[in-house]
Amino acid sequence: MYRITAREDLAPVTKLFKVHAPEVARKAKAGQFVIVRINEEGERVPLTVADYDRESGEITIVFQEVGKTTKQMGTMKVGDEFASFVGPLGQPTEIENYGTVMVVGGGVGIAPIYPIARSLREAGNKVIAIIGARNQGLLFWEDKMRSVSDELIVCTDDGSYARKALVTEPMKEILSSDHKPNIIWAIGPAIMMKFAALATQPFGVKTIVSLNSIMVDGTGMCGACRVEVGGKTKFVCVDGPEFDGHQVDWGLLLDRQRIYVDQEKRATERFEQHAHGECCGEGK
Amino acid sequence: MAKIGPRNEMPRQDPQVRGRNFNEVALGYSAEQALAEAQRCLQCKDPTCREGCPVNVRIPEFILALREGDMWRSVEMLKDKNNLPAICGRVCPQETQCEEKCVLGKKFEPVAIGRLERYVSDWEIGQGVRKPALAPSTGKRVAVIGAGPAGLTCAGDLAKLGHQVTLFEALHAPGGVLIYGIPEFRLPKSIVGTEVQYVQSLGVELRLNNVVGKLATVDELFAMGYDAIFLGTGAGLPMFMNIPGENLNGVYSANEFLTRTNLMKAYKFPEYDTPIMIGKQVAVIGAGNVAMDSARCALRLGADRVQVVYRRTKAEAPARAEELANAEEEGIEFHYLTNPISILGTEKGWVKGIRLQKQQLGEPDASGRPRPVPIPGSEYEEEVDMVVMALGTRPNPMVFTDTPSLERSRHGTVVANEENGRTKRARIWSGGDIVTGAATVISAMGAGKRAAADMDAFLKNPDQEWWVEPSAKPAHE
Repeated sequence: MYRITAREDLAPVTKLFKVHAPEVARKAKAGQFVIVRINEEGERVPLTVADYDRESGEITIVFQEVGKTTKQMGTMKVGDEFASFVGPLGQPTEIENYGTVMVVGGGVGIAPIYPIARSLREAGNKVIAIIGARNQGLLFWEDKMRSVSDELIVCTDDGSYARKALVTEPMKEILSSDHKPNIIWAIGPAIMMKFAALATQPFGVKTIVSLNSIMVDGTGMCGACRVEVGGKTKFVCVDGPEFDGHQVDWGLLLDRQRIYVDQEKRATERFEQHAHGECCGEGK
Repeated sequence: MAKIGPRNEMPRQDPQVRGRNFNEVALGYSAEQALAEAQRCLQCKDPTCREGCPVNVRIPEFILALREGDMWRSVEMLKDKNNLPAICGRVCPQETQCEEKCVLGKKFEPVAIGRLERYVSDWEIGQGVRKPALAPSTGKRVAVIGAGPAGLTCAGDLAKLGHQVTLFEALHAPGGVLIYGIPEFRLPKSIVGTEVQYVQSLGVELRLNNVVGKLATVDELFAMGYDAIFLGTGAGLPMFMNIPGENLNGVYSANEFLTRTNLMKAYKFPEYDTPIMIGKQVAVIGAGNVAMDSARCALRLGADRVQVVYRRTKAEAPARAEELANAEEEGIEFHYLTNPISILGTEKGWVKGIRLQKQQLGEPDASGRPRPVPIPGSEYEEEVDMVVMALGTRPNPMVFTDTPSLERSRHGTVVANEENGRTKRARIWSGGDIVTGAATVISAMGAGKRAAADMDAFLKNPDQEWWVEPSAKPAHE
């Protein structure tokens, strides 16, 4: 079992856990992911590694409560345990000194972009970072991101905090400026990554995205996570999760993310009814 | 020869009923049926049945003990060569192994060895499994990677011989294909659980959720003090056809479809969290055991119509005859000499049909089976909302990226000696589907067993020359 050692509510629906998994923490690198399972009935959910501490043996994960499992995870406390915590899976980010790099985190994507930014900075890159979210309530880790960036731009879609803009606006400005990056990482919801890749394409700057497709085993066994990159079928779990965003078939990824929307809705409603029943002392 | 009666049939669930539930199809012999069947055994002086068994089970001995009413001795004889008899009794293709070699089969029907094996091991489970005597500790440590049929067998045998064994498994449950692939209705997971517990009772330490290569590499395992490693990670990589539409929503690899259904228990959704699509009109491509499992799962999940599409004829279908018959009885349709050429989708990316082409058999191909030849102009479409690709699997290439020093064959398998499991890298043995490509549970168990014997010999005498050229003899099937 894998114990939760710390919990932080980054935003009303965005939660951070530190989980004691010393073997995973010893090996994890920026860009990789873990698969968690709450209990015996639980599904296997992939989450990108947001940080790791080799000494304390902890892995940090950040998740947004969107469906049944993440809502249930939102009820977990320090001391609670995951039944499974498997990793580090996928290929790590290719960290080297590229010169100037741009890292972009959208919403919950700020979490995985952080260790990438840190590793890139440690490798000697000049790091220009952009973080954005729909509104102020969904934004987090501004300070952490500032500590690993040479320049940080913060924006919200609705202007409730910092600059009112989608992340693609400052991205285009920087790409048009005289400190154009040599390579870009953009991580967030699929739709944000799609538009980030579209925004950078005319500038011809390689843009790496981290795909969040549906998975089961996470080790190349099932093919649930297949995507098309450059016209070829790839498995996100073993070939990725990072790919060249200009080569990704975004329509396919977005379609495939919707396979279980009906089931997910049913499971979430059922979970919320149960949770409500428990807190109000009513029967299930 | 005394008068020999017909084989005793094993009761099964009614096809109409079982097609809608996940309970075990075959119900097992009663004590009377088992005894009657055991009486049919001739107790040959030179038993050919044993030659047909990849692990050489002491068949006449366990049947004799059963017939004499000494059940514990029967169990002991059965388990002398086989750590997992309750599994083998259910999923072994006995008709091409022990039962094919049974002398009775020449004039009559062979003894139902598999059913008797199942009866004896189920009896033992009912009594509570007893732990056998173990050899004194040798102080040697062995890492077995992959808790499927090969790894469980290898680990169990090495533990019995006194070695300290750690069994690493990437998934959250042990059993490999027994747990993620073979459905509950053919192999109840409680049976797998009991057999795994037995292996653990021998002193094997099981470490789940542990992806070797991603966590410790084989080099690190040696550095941690393991004296030998057995690699039995199976053939987990699903194959696709590379035809248009294969990535539409509603196209599953059989691996995904079965893993969701069996390992993750999606058939119990929403009590279990993992969802699965409920196809109403399902096409399953392929006619092996995995295809039969997929077709029968689709039916049980609620499909109205399930069609198996296979490019050759029934005679070439790789599935066991019994599994084909079970599927037919349950109302699965078979379209032989038919091959998909594309999968048709809606604008929103969901499967809406499949385009098929009739085939005819041509000259034999590399596999020795007649090559299917497309018939031009025979294309037609079927309306389906789900397609399951059951085309076979290959070893997961992750093994090679994380253990680059292993030699890999043209087919993506690990190069290992088939008689003793030695790879070209000293102190690493390998066996099962990772070496042979997708084969049977029992052939993997045989490989695990042969490797365990060689590992034991090596650990007791580590100064021997390492690599022995692989023999030309093909692996047991």
